[in-house]
Amino acid sequence: MADNAKTSRPVYRNIHVTDIVTYRLPAAGIVSILHRISGVVMFLLMPFIIWMFDTSVTSEITYDQFTSVFTAGCADGAIPGWFFKLIALGLIWAYLHHFCAGIRHLLMEATHTYTKQAGKTTAVATLAVSIALTVVLGAKLFGLF
Amino acid sequence: MSENYGTKRIVTGASYGLRDWLAQRVTAVLMALFTLVLLVQVIVGEPVSYYKWAGIFSPQWMKFLTFTVIVAMLYHVWVGMRDLFMDYIKPVGIRLALHVFAIVWLVGCAGWAIQVLWRL
Repeated sequence: MADNAKTSRPVYRNIHVTDIVTYRLPAAGIVSILHRISGVVMFLLMPFIIWMFDTSVTSEITYDQFTSVFTAGCADGAIPGWFFKLIALGLIWAYLHHFCAGIRHLLMEATHTYTKQAGKTTAVATLAVSIALTVVLGAKLFGLF
Repeated sequence: MSENYGTKRIVTGASYGLRDWLAQRVTAVLMALFTLVLLVQVIVGEPVSYYKWAGIFSPQWMKFLTFTVIVAMLYHVWVGMRDLFMDYIKPVGIRLALHVFAIVWLVGCAGWAIQVLWRL
């Protein structure tokens, strides 16, 4: 056992929460924080995801309940259908971003690609692919095609 | 102290996070493959209806795979959420409470998902 267990390590907390809005991040930093945010979104909405799985596969009757939530809403339309579509769109984005950012991590680790330029290129690609797919699937979800 | 790695590493605990790091990657690959398997079945053939959608999950091999992915997701999300709590939540009491919440939340959700799968 050694010195490194005894020496108190310094903790730097010079970034206050209010600095977040003015804190400029490189593309890789944006991908990284969105990776975390998208993960938390899916963690918190997990009961809704499983509710969708439950109602969509259990029976024809529950399948109709599942689809009607996105068209007619719930509680006699007190919560409109587009609101649920918006949540679904949020989940679609979260999944796509998390997926692409995860693939980026795996590729970087597998190929030992840690250059500054590669980090930037792959980060921009991650954002481009996940946002483009979200737009396409969002258009489909809201019936634009 | 000059060489604190490899066989010279100074041991200060039982875990260095390699297991969780690796498990997070392995479970991620499993879920990514599952996504592709599911996506192919949804896209190929007729438009999605209740029968097509429920039919995808009815073969035993798909239940086998889905069950594994639910368990993989449970572990993957646990590692991820624990990382966030370790990074952002410093007071030990609040962190412990959040860890307990995450475990209850995830085990409950996994149980529900498995229950849905089981009765198909």
